[in-house]
Amino acid sequence: MRKIARLSRFNVASLALGLAFLYLPILILVIYSFNASRLVTVWGGWSLRWYHEFFNDRAMIEAAWMSLRVAVSSATIATLLGTLAAVALSRGERFRGRTLFSGMLYAPLVMPEVITGLSLLLLFVALNAERGFWTVTIAHTTLTMCFVAVVVQSRLGSLDRSLEEAAMDLGCDPVRAFLSVTLPLIAPAIVAGWMLAFTLSLDDLVIASFTTGPGSATLPIRIYSEVRLGVKPEINAICTLVIALIAVVIVIASLASKLSSSQGESVAPL
Amino acid sequence: MSARRIFARPARFAAIAPYVWMVLFFLVPFAFVLKISLSQTAIAQPPYEPVFDLAAGWGALKAAFAALSVDNFRLIGSDDIYVFAYVRSLTVASAATALLLLIGYPIAYGMARLPKNWQAVAMVLVIVPFWTSFLIRIYAWINILQHDGLLNQILLALHLVGQPVVWLSTDTAMYIGIVYSYLPFMILPLYATLAKMEPALEEAASDLGAPPWQVFWLVTFPLSLPGVGAGVLLCFIPIVGEFVIPDLLAGSNSLMIGQTLWLEFFTNKDWPVASAAAIVLLVVLLLPLLLYERLQKRQLEQGR
Repeated sequence: MRKIARLSRFNVASLALGLAFLYLPILILVIYSFNASRLVTVWGGWSLRWYHEFFNDRAMIEAAWMSLRVAVSSATIATLLGTLAAVALSRGERFRGRTLFSGMLYAPLVMPEVITGLSLLLLFVALNAERGFWTVTIAHTTLTMCFVAVVVQSRLGSLDRSLEEAAMDLGCDPVRAFLSVTLPLIAPAIVAGWMLAFTLSLDDLVIASFTTGPGSATLPIRIYSEVRLGVKPEINAICTLVIALIAVVIVIASLASKLSSSQGESVAPL
Repeated sequence: MSARRIFARPARFAAIAPYVWMVLFFLVPFAFVLKISLSQTAIAQPPYEPVFDLAAGWGALKAAFAALSVDNFRLIGSDDIYVFAYVRSLTVASAATALLLLIGYPIAYGMARLPKNWQAVAMVLVIVPFWTSFLIRIYAWINILQHDGLLNQILLALHLVGQPVVWLSTDTAMYIGIVYSYLPFMILPLYATLAKMEPALEEAASDLGAPPWQVFWLVTFPLSLPGVGAGVLLCFIPIVGEFVIPDLLAGSNSLMIGQTLWLEFFTNKDWPVASAAAIVLLVVLLLPLLLYERLQKRQLEQGR
């Protein structure tokens, strides 16, 4: 009997090349952020000069602060709403308007950002809302709660429903059964959903550009306007800091999900 | 009554808050886009003629309907800039999606063939770059592709080229950027179906004498089609409306529709035309969007 080799040389090569393609550009960016030379491409030895420059750049710092606040608040609201939506969709059986509901939740996942941004701006203008922190937060919540809903819903779908039914047979009311049985089991997915929402918000340029007002730029908006003028070493430093922040968030969240999944099965970070 | 049915009742109540939110901030805004796309452009703030004022009652509403104009849509249909932009968006998205499939498939296939515990590691490795900012990833490529960037330095050092090659502001740079940014979106759904596949099927085909390429083409690939569909749609739809990548990496002589919409809105301040362009973009994407939604729903509601 001839057996197909589980892992051919071709498989290994494509994996290695693929991962190199994914990681090299980011690695190069990080290395160059420590370059002492003003010319981005000429290596002038190691230095923290550009980090120093960033911390003295008031406008950048303000934009970073704005981005962080928006990301934390929108991710938190989105996690709450997205989890509720996931529970309704996967445990609510049939209810009126369900098709519309799930349609509204799946559409923003792939909807071009220019459309989402434009439509929300038109709403805010019509409502005469002052554009700034809250409008961006609302816009990001609308987008990211759909991602949270998908992550949590797929966890709920793979969960053994006899657990919560057993709790109810033993006398729990549905709310109690949910809080003491279901919720702890889907906690890792909720954490993963929050992280996804946080990074998506931190990352977004297009929707924030449409929905923010003058004087309250987010970090991607500032970076974008600098990048359009050309490569600047300071931007390398900022990007490296953002990457580091996201790495910390990922590590914390995967630790959290490992802790809570030691009783159950683990959940993928997406 | 079964426990399941009792559980469903309060679960339905959980829909209320997210439902209201999505109607307010997703559905209603679309009504505004539609409404403004049918208004006249005005030099004012906000820069459009209000189409109707609910407070003014029925008479005003009737007058408003008479004043609705499809001029903006007529403009988009007749203006070459828009027609070209839609055609270019669709061509770029198709070509980029094909490239992504070609590059993503071998990677996903390699992942699916790793030993089980290595598969988890590989999956994390593919997802992590997706978590780092989109803009940063594009910026990383600007660093590499610029006139005296790393790529040109390497090519010059190897004497492969006599003088620096212009990479930035070309379609090549744009395709590199798109493939780089969307690769995880292609790999993950492909990997998900490939990993679930029964290896015995491939083994059976090869035991019966099929050469490896035939095993792949007649067994593996057809079985992975659901993953191919999901990956293709997940990449194609957002690429059509892409703004940042073509704006930063491609030249400015031919624009994609996301860029024209952005220009119309922020530079020309012609909100009605921008809204009309958005509506047309949505109509173009309606079919792939519906297909994608069905796929998503089927996957999630089967619990798999």
